[in-house]
Amino acid sequence: MNINFTLISQAIAFSVFIWFTVKFVWPPLLRAIEERQKTIADGLAAGERGRHELELASQRSSDVLKEAKQRASEIIVQAEKRASEIIEEAKVAAKEEGNRIVTGAKAEIEHEMFSAKEVLRQQVAEIALAGAAKILRREVDAKAHAELLDTIRDDLK
Amino acid sequence: MASETELTPTSYIDHHLTYLTTQVSKGSFWVLHVDTLITSIILGVISFGFIWLVVRKATPGVPSRTQAFVELAVEFIDNEVKNTFHGNRHALVAPMALTVFVWVLMMNAMDILPIDIMAWITENIFGMHNWKIVPTTDVNTTFALALSVWFLMLYFNVKVKGIGGWMHELFCTPFGKNPLLWILNLLFNFIEYVSKPLSHSLRLFGNIYAGEIIFLLLGMWAATGVSGTIFGAVLGAGWAIFHILIVTLQAFIFMMLTVVYISMAHESH
Repeated sequence: MNINFTLISQAIAFSVFIWFTVKFVWPPLLRAIEERQKTIADGLAAGERGRHELELASQRSSDVLKEAKQRASEIIVQAEKRASEIIEEAKVAAKEEGNRIVTGAKAEIEHEMFSAKEVLRQQVAEIALAGAAKILRREVDAKAHAELLDTIRDDLK
Repeated sequence: MASETELTPTSYIDHHLTYLTTQVSKGSFWVLHVDTLITSIILGVISFGFIWLVVRKATPGVPSRTQAFVELAVEFIDNEVKNTFHGNRHALVAPMALTVFVWVLMMNAMDILPIDIMAWITENIFGMHNWKIVPTTDVNTTFALALSVWFLMLYFNVKVKGIGGWMHELFCTPFGKNPLLWILNLLFNFIEYVSKPLSHSLRLFGNIYAGEIIFLLLGMWAATGVSGTIFGAVLGAGWAIFHILIVTLQAFIFMMLTVVYISMAHESH
């Protein structure tokens, strides 16, 4: 337990070591640690941001999906309506067409009937003429009696 | 072992407690313990050189094993300082705490090395008959550290509070501002200022010195015969393992007191 010059020399050594640590050891290590802390904090923040963005995106996608579903159901409703409309229109058109065909047919039938009647009338006139000729036992000059024949035919109408 | 004298318990212990001295100048004060100084400087150069080499290549990316080890120690100390000292700790206090902890730990750890083997090495390889390898068993070392801290404490007291503020603290705390209490306050503070470096240094010195003496006694036991050798070896191993705790704990306590004393100088009562 004798205090001597060793104390002073040790104190000098101590201060040199403190100076060395303050100057050369502490700052670079602190810088490295702080830089790493910053990197980690940035990474965490980026992760948080990414998570937030993912949440937003999933919300947006679900929104879009919902809208699409709605649009699809609207389109289906419209299509169904359109289909029934088309069916209705087709029905109407078919009915009209049918009517038209029926009318045409009727007209044709009438026409046919008319021409048949005409033919009949002609034949009746001829038969009548032939009958008359037989009755008169002589040839009736068709040309001479054409006027008469026409009159008869008109009468048959 | 002391070869030129008869080997007695007294000469054995005397030998291990004798410093390698050199007379710097006339007078009993101007004696230098060469072994203490050289050993502590070598330890400091090795440990701070190692840390410096690691730190020089320190990367902010993924650290290597050695860098992670150094960072672990540094962050541990930095956290302890942060909890105690509320100023710009990076300027002086935290690096100083690192210095104190690492250096004292290394000096204390020399105590764990087998004392007679180290004595044989220093005597037969380096030719030093007396060479104490544990610098912290030298009261000069512990006082050097504690007094350096003490002077820094005084410096920061004046720097932070100013002469007037410090004087006010010396006279008016802890009992009050009443002039009747001034003398009492001053006396109290005087005792505190004297006891700080004493307890700071003697706690470290006492613990390590006592550990050294226990090792010497166990080593002496080995000289009594086979059973003594066995018991000495077993108990020596046990004491060395326990000493790992003491060595680390004392270094930590010394560092914490350093930080506490300096942060007390920064804060007014």
